[in-house]
Amino acid sequence: MLNTDLNLAAPDDFYEALVELHRDLTPEQSRLVNAKLILLLANHIGDQAVLRQAMAKAREGIIPACQDADLRTLA
Amino acid sequence: MRGGKAPLNVDYQALVLDYARSPDQDAPRPVWHPVIVVGAGPVGLSAAIDLAQQGVPVLLLDDDDRLSTGSRAICFAKRTLEIWDRLGVGQRMVDKGVTWNLGKVFFREEPVYSFNLLPEAGHQRPAFINLQQYYVEGFLLERARELPNLEIRWKNQVTGLEPAPDGVTLTVSTPEGEYRLRCDWLVAADGARSPIRRAMGLESKGRTFRDRFLIADVRMQADFPAERWFWFDPPFHPNQSVLLHMQPDGVWRIDFQLGWDADPVAERQPDRVIPRVQALLGRDTQFELEWVSVYTFSCLRMEKFRHGRVLFAGDAAHGVSPFGARGANSGVQDAENLAWKLRLVLEGKAPASLLDSYDAERVHAADENILNSTRSTDFITPKNEASRAFRDATLELAKDCGFARRLVNSGRLSVPSTYRDSPLNTPDGDAFEGLMQPGAPAVDAPVRVRGESAWFLRQLGQNGFSGLYFSDGGDLHPVRLEALRSLAGGAVPVQPLLVTPQGVRPEETGGIPVLEDPEGLLTRRYDAQPGTFYLLRPDQHVCARWRRFDPGLVRAALARATGNA
Ligand SMILES: Cc1cc2nc3c(=O)[nH]c(=O)nc-3n(C[C@H](O)[C@H](O)[C@H](O)COP(=O)(O)OP(=O)(O)OC[C@H]3O[C@@H](n4cnc5c(N)ncnc54)[C@H](O)[C@@H]3O)c2cc1C
Repeated sequence: MLNTDLNLAAPDDFYEALVELHRDLTPEQSRLVNAKLILLLANHIGDQAVLRQAMAKAREGIIPACQDADLRTLA
Repeated sequence: MRGGKAPLNVDYQALVLDYARSPDQDAPRPVWHPVIVVGAGPVGLSAAIDLAQQGVPVLLLDDDDRLSTGSRAICFAKRTLEIWDRLGVGQRMVDKGVTWNLGKVFFREEPVYSFNLLPEAGHQRPAFINLQQYYVEGFLLERARELPNLEIRWKNQVTGLEPAPDGVTLTVSTPEGEYRLRCDWLVAADGARSPIRRAMGLESKGRTFRDRFLIADVRMQADFPAERWFWFDPPFHPNQSVLLHMQPDGVWRIDFQLGWDADPVAERQPDRVIPRVQALLGRDTQFELEWVSVYTFSCLRMEKFRHGRVLFAGDAAHGVSPFGARGANSGVQDAENLAWKLRLVLEGKAPASLLDSYDAERVHAADENILNSTRSTDFITPKNEASRAFRDATLELAKDCGFARRLVNSGRLSVPSTYRDSPLNTPDGDAFEGLMQPGAPAVDAPVRVRGESAWFLRQLGQNGFSGLYFSDGGDLHPVRLEALRSLAGGAVPVQPLLVTPQGVRPEETGGIPVLEDPEGLLTRRYDAQPGTFYLLRPDQHVCARWRRFDPGLVRAALARATGNA
């Protein structure tokens, strides 16, 4: 089960570190850092069910506003 | 050819296969054949050989008079080689091919990941060989020519067909005009564009990846090892990927990812290709371009592979991108799955509904191949900025994080499917460990036969079912021995085989072949104990297993595996 209650001992410290992580980075660099962070944490968590719940939660309420251009579906 | 007398130095790319007029063309009405196979690619040739070898007369039609030309399949997987062993051409393929097991992945300049596709010993065949498709087709063709009940007609193009409940009528166009043929069963192995599929108003649906690849076959002296090398974003081809493979005759396959915006015509010109190759090899390496093409890849499949009396196989039925080498490899597996079923139906030993299991099993396999191929292609050709970021993040982390190495996906290479949910399986009633569950393709192991070293898969019935009885080497009760022996005598015969530990054998074996298990590997791989019995299909997939041999249960499982339950 994905824990959505507070699980961080020092929430403000964590948040500050997260913002700090991206200091002086271009959007592209930030994207790479975030991607690495997600991969590292996902592997640490390991539990596929929890990961899927987290992905669903992250995506909740977001309506796709464009379409991936680089794929063509054949009729 | 069998007997080791292979013709030397045949230029299979230049071979012209002559059209010859058939008496069928002068017949007053369409001449009937039990099975017609359309398309003499690797799949149609394998299907035709398999059927003919099982005693079914086969007519194979091809619209062309040449073998495969240009850069097509090169990587042929272990399972395919095992199938070709059964068809009598495996050794020739291996002798000519470049054997490899290792793959290496580089990110920019650094190696990030390597994999061994056959990490354990005790298998006759390697994980892969590389061999040009024209050799594969040439060797298959020479094997086909040894079979008196297999006829091939070149320059015979199927231009029309009328499927009916009791057979199919074909219109065939030749250099000397049209004629018509009839058959009970039609195997459509007519390739990705399948005119038969089109004539029947059917489609192969899926996705095309918006990317282009330059595939160059280059002849040169080079000292790269016989390994699969894959680069992401190398300095000699920035932002794109490159794949390098060794082929026989000093030919190398190089795939350059170009991106969607590349001009497919201009990119094929030598003045564009040569600098790309030089960037990889260095300016001083001498090479010649053998063949160059630019491809876009798709993952597609037909909804069903069986349409009444028409059975689709190979690229006609499904398509994948080449990263994973799952095209021809899976098509050859289609062919072997189909051949024995069709033979039993033609012999009246199985109902036509057995062919629905061809559809079920091979659609499942195609989905597995498409899933793997799509995942690889999505990694190699990211869909959007986020997936690109994940891709690069994975590659950067792979340098020092073990978990990320396992996420790197430059192609998950062809392995055969386990038909887990096949209606032909008898589910386990006894407890077993390991991979050899019902539906799994039998794995190989070293054995000794009459004191000689041999390989397990080669001992299985050539064209029929096999029954594998593991014994402790002690004497068999005469009743049991007789029951094992009588397996061979049924309407659908089962070839019994007796596995014993090295050096011990029962006094009386009733003529049943004995396989000694010198290293205990066979026993271990099949999680066997004395008394364990495996029933293997003609295509070497497990269909049932028990901890003890019970002839009644074997008969029931055999009925189930032949659609007679
Ligand atoms: C660049 C590239 C690399 C590849 N690499 C690999 C790899 O490493 N490993 C792998 O397993 N696969 C690979 N593949 C895929 C592989 O080439 C195909 O999956 C394979 O050729 C399919 O075999 P087939 O017999 O189904 O069809 P085909 O080889 O296409 O044969 C179809 C035959 O049918 C004939 N035909 C067509 N229409 C008619 C008609 N109307 N009447 C009579 N005959 C007809 C054609 O002339 C042809 O001979 C690769 C493909 C490409 C393009």
